[in-house]
Amino acid sequence: MDQVLFYALAAIAIISAVITIVARNAMYSVLSLVVTFFTLAGLYLLLNAEFVAVVHIIVYAGAIMVLFLFVVMMLNLNTTNSIVTNTTTNKVMAGLAGLAMAGILGYASWTTVLPAASNTAATDIGSVKVLGKMLFNEYLLPFELTSVLLIATMVGVIVLTKKEE
Amino acid sequence: MENIFNVVPLEHFVLLSLALFCIGMVGVLLRRNMIVVFMSIELMLNAVNLLAVAFSAHRGDSSGQVFVFFVMVVAAAEVALGLAILVMIYRNVKSVDINALKQLKW
Repeated sequence: MDQVLFYALAAIAIISAVITIVARNAMYSVLSLVVTFFTLAGLYLLLNAEFVAVVHIIVYAGAIMVLFLFVVMMLNLNTTNSIVTNTTTNKVMAGLAGLAMAGILGYASWTTVLPAASNTAATDIGSVKVLGKMLFNEYLLPFELTSVLLIATMVGVIVLTKKEE
Repeated sequence: MENIFNVVPLEHFVLLSLALFCIGMVGVLLRRNMIVVFMSIELMLNAVNLLAVAFSAHRGDSSGQVFVFFVMVVAAAEVALGLAILVMIYRNVKSVDINALKQLKW
């Protein structure tokens, strides 16, 4: 059951990722990216990472994709006149670079001997309880620094988008 | 839920995230539309997140999932700032074509 679910989710993720990058209309790109994110959330659930799955849906589908949709609609990018042409040379070079990257990474992962699974693997490592304890003990400083990052981002965005007087 | 690695080897998770990363990279190189380039970057970040969660579940160590949490924070900040810059560029040059910013080279 899990096996079927994994391969189905993986296939949907790859297909919708490809649609994201080849769709002529920016709106289709955004919507297929949402599909990719939901399949990734399903994969996190398969890996017993409930907290990451829920946060992933809230942050990506709830916040980031809404931002993308908002910008696409505000700038009216879903019309045909926003289609940007690309030269054939660029396309070929991009495809070659992607194939080269896939080859290098594939070779690297093929020749790497992955470590055996930990026998003491607890099933609740993805629970809110375990992750919360970790976040507020070992990773307390990075956690607090993310709040600084977020406030700096917020100030930056407001300053950038403010119309000049 | 039983252990997923009994039925799906870790290598397949690695290959899936590798495929997603390469698709994202091709998207960054292929597309001239700034907003699609941003989405491709999101795709690459998510491929890395999937890899971190897979290894974390494989090793029984939840540090990987904490890192994913931080990556998500950075991704959210990056998207907010990036889209703000995009809106500002659009106001100035009335285009989201990355070739519209050629002058930045010099």
